[in-house]
Amino acid sequence: MNEKSSTPRERPSKKSGRNPRVPMPEQRPEVRIANFDEVPLGYTPEQARAEAARCLQCKKPSCLEGCPVNVDIPGFIALIVEGKFAEAARKIKEDNCLPAICGRVCPQETQCEAACVLAKKGEPGAVGRLERFAADYEREQGLIELPEKVPPTGKKVAVVGSGPAGLTVAGELILRGHEVTIFEAFHKPGGVLMYGIPEFRLPKRIVEEEVDYLRRLGVKIEFNQAIGTSLTVDELLDEEGFDAVFIGVGAGLPYFMGVPGENLGGVYSASEYLTRSNLMKAFDFPQYDTPIVRGRTVCVIGGGNVAMDSARTARRLGAEKVYIVYRRSRAELPARVEEVHHAEEEGIVFKLLCAPIEYLGDPRGMVRQIRCQAMELGEPDASGRRRPVPKPGAEFTLDTGLVIVAIGSGANPLLTRQTKQLELNRRGYIAADETGRTSRRGVWAGGDIVTGSATVILAMGAGKAAARNIHQYLCEKDGTVR
Amino acid sequence: MSEGSKDQMSTIREKLLLAPNIYEMVIEAPRIAAKARPGQFIVVMADEWGERIPLTIADFDPRQGTLTVVLMVVGTSSLKLSRLEVGESLYALIGPLGHASEVEPVGTVVMVAGGVGTAPAYPIARAFHQSGSRVVTVQGARSKELLFWTDRLASVSDEHVVTTDDGSAGRKGLVTEPLVELLQRDHGTPIGRVYAIGPAVMMKFCAQATRSFGVKTIVSLNPIMIDGTGMCGGCRVEVDGQTRFTCVDGPEFDGHLVDWELLLSRQKIYHEQEACSLKQWTGEPEPAR
Ligand SMILES: Cc1cc2nc3c(=O)[nH]c(=O)nc-3n(C[C@H](O)[C@H](O)[C@H](O)COP(=O)(O)OP(=O)(O)OC[C@H]3O[C@@H](n4cnc5c(N)ncnc54)[C@H](O)[C@@H]3O)c2cc1C
Ligand SMILES: Cc1cc2nc3c(=O)[nH]c(=O)nc-3n(C[C@H](O)[C@H](O)[C@H](O)COP(=O)(O)OP(=O)(O)OC[C@H]3O[C@@H](n4cnc5c(N)ncnc54)[C@H](O)[C@@H]3O)c2cc1C
Ligand code: SF4
Ligand code: SF4
Ligand code: FES
Repeated sequence: MNEKSSTPRERPSKKSGRNPRVPMPEQRPEVRIANFDEVPLGYTPEQARAEAARCLQCKKPSCLEGCPVNVDIPGFIALIVEGKFAEAARKIKEDNCLPAICGRVCPQETQCEAACVLAKKGEPGAVGRLERFAADYEREQGLIELPEKVPPTGKKVAVVGSGPAGLTVAGELILRGHEVTIFEAFHKPGGVLMYGIPEFRLPKRIVEEEVDYLRRLGVKIEFNQAIGTSLTVDELLDEEGFDAVFIGVGAGLPYFMGVPGENLGGVYSASEYLTRSNLMKAFDFPQYDTPIVRGRTVCVIGGGNVAMDSARTARRLGAEKVYIVYRRSRAELPARVEEVHHAEEEGIVFKLLCAPIEYLGDPRGMVRQIRCQAMELGEPDASGRRRPVPKPGAEFTLDTGLVIVAIGSGANPLLTRQTKQLELNRRGYIAADETGRTSRRGVWAGGDIVTGSATVILAMGAGKAAARNIHQYLCEKDGTVR
Repeated sequence: MSEGSKDQMSTIREKLLLAPNIYEMVIEAPRIAAKARPGQFIVVMADEWGERIPLTIADFDPRQGTLTVVLMVVGTSSLKLSRLEVGESLYALIGPLGHASEVEPVGTVVMVAGGVGTAPAYPIARAFHQSGSRVVTVQGARSKELLFWTDRLASVSDEHVVTTDDGSAGRKGLVTEPLVELLQRDHGTPIGRVYAIGPAVMMKFCAQATRSFGVKTIVSLNPIMIDGTGMCGGCRVEVDGQTRFTCVDGPEFDGHLVDWELLLSRQKIYHEQEACSLKQWTGEPEPAR
């Protein structure tokens, strides 16, 4: 085992009971805050088999219903028990073309694992970790096999955006014999997987390898193509000869709060901060050319996963003190429990029940202080969470060298405003039914651009549903039924 | 080369030294050339390690499938781009980004172009000229050797004034002096619009100069950008008290409403790091990779 790793250990859990899960080895906090390497190190084959053996192989597996893409969970776990690791990976891939990614970033505790029967008496089966193990094993051992090609249908599909939604659509349709081209605005594929989620949670090499697999299946990717500028959806359909278009452009418009001083230097949106660090590799400046502001003290505004990712990135970029500034209490933190736990282990301090009301700068226009308003919890709001209300007269300031605003994102109008007859909802997202069909014939949409910011697996689920419907449409179009 | 798209090779077709540290480059980009309009820009990366930087489309030829940019070397990214030779390709090139200039017959338009601002001003001046407006250009530079495209600009202008800070060509002084005189003079048709494109400080003073004349003054802002598609908010500026993203809401704004101090300070956020980055490309040997 790697010398950096700690002995396998697990957060103490009241529910561990007599049949606890096999713990996941992790990098120790004091080591990992100085590097960008992945935190959980993955199971060894022995650990994986031991964990897999805990699964009861239920006749009516409830875990399956918790998974938005219905991975055959007992099926792949049984193969791990038998030591057929590559076969297990292939089993998962029948339903999920990005298992190494989902095994790492799915919020399993609210999905597959929440529904596992083992969770009733103790700890659920570690479905995510096993999924990751199988996918890593297949890839690292060079055992990835390409499925057999079906005869080409001669139909062309354009996929806009290479996030999880777009990649899933591409993967599904290429296997059904259609010609697929992805158009991606950035110079790298993966969407949030590449520019948002940090290296220490999802190594970029893995994203690239999963995308490579799709390319080997025949998916074409055109980078640096922002649809709506050099090409429009209308042109893809009317001039470039595509029979269908899938839009999976994500929710990439950062929100700000509009408080005074928010445009000072050193106040970033989380998207800018994470894009600089992850996509442009500013953590490796000046080897890479993109710079980033590094504060000794950093304040992250917000309490979701994006806030945790930003805070943990700041820590690794050398910040001594990192605060999470969140206006509700700990119970309402929207971030995954695991992420909050990892953040705390890394020394991130939670300033709960407070909200920024002003940023103050130095004469050069760089942020130096935040003025905060202390809050208390009032009546529940529409979401059922107690609404934070300002505590009269309770204000304080925090010194800071860097602020990262992680309060969410919305729909980017770059593509939608250039596309005719595409109905949007009130908030600017594309209106689509459960099969991804939009108001425009031949155009589907899915992922964050339909639902607003959600999860990787929901985006993939939407991609899968849309792919099925697109396939049907393409077959009906010329009467060939497959 | 970026993990390439077949249609868009981004190969450099021509490269010309226009003035010390100022290069004209003609780049193959058929799709963008077919769509480009005056006032729009592209975002480029020189190599895999590079930064994403914006450059204005200074000219475009849909038939040849090419774009022209004029590049001033000021730091690492522009230096790296300037070192690419004819036949080589950019790692990444995306566009056309931003809103096109609103070109309409406005009587007389005064186009103030400072430094490399001459390049973006040219297609806009040409478009106004073609729209039937009377075009008066004021082209400024620090000294004679830094002037370029004077003929091109003159060819689309009804009147063309040159200024240099040191008096080595044209009139000695800043562009604001002839600008004010032009505003005071009778042109037959009233001045419907002033355009100011160049360094932020110049645009700021031009906007100040035109304010009391009440002439609508359009500027093309140049904050630091990354994606150029509205995804990061790094390019935010304040216009009329509102936060706007330059890449998708601009780059052209009403100069009378721009918070210039904010733009100027945001342009300097990375000053020290930029100096550190540049040092490794000049003088010292290239970093081992
Ligand atoms: C920091 C961060 C951490 C997260 N962590 C998790 C997590 O741990 N687990 C989890 O399940 N979810 C997580 N999420 C949410 C998850 O990443 C998203 O819900 C998911 O990526 C949405 O997928 P998508 O395919 O809809 O869009 P995206 O992943 O946003 O991809 C959209 C792609 O489209 C491209 N694009 C945009 N406009 C255009 C255009 N006009 N033309 C061409 N291309 C365009 C973009 O460049 C991008 O590559 C996180 C999100 C963030 C920001
Ligand atoms: C819409 C727009 C159009 C532009 N058009 C042209 C043009 O046609 N020709 C031209 O020579 N220059 C143009 N610029 C400016 C050009 O982008 C910068 O000079 C270039 O990015 C400097 O990078 P550098 O690494 O060489 O210099 P650095 O040493 O990194 O920076 C020097 C200065 O350039 C600015 N700058 C740095 N990085 C960026 C960035 N990523 N985005 C924007 N500005 C940055 C900053 O103000 C900085 O202080 C334009 C800028 C914008 C926003
Ligand atoms: S894809 Fe996600 S939700 Fe489904 S089984 Fe895998 S980890 Fe669980
Ligand atoms: S519910 Fe739990 S125990 Fe049952 S099959 Fe699924 S993972 Fe195994
Ligand atoms: S450059 Fe990122 S939003 Fe404008």
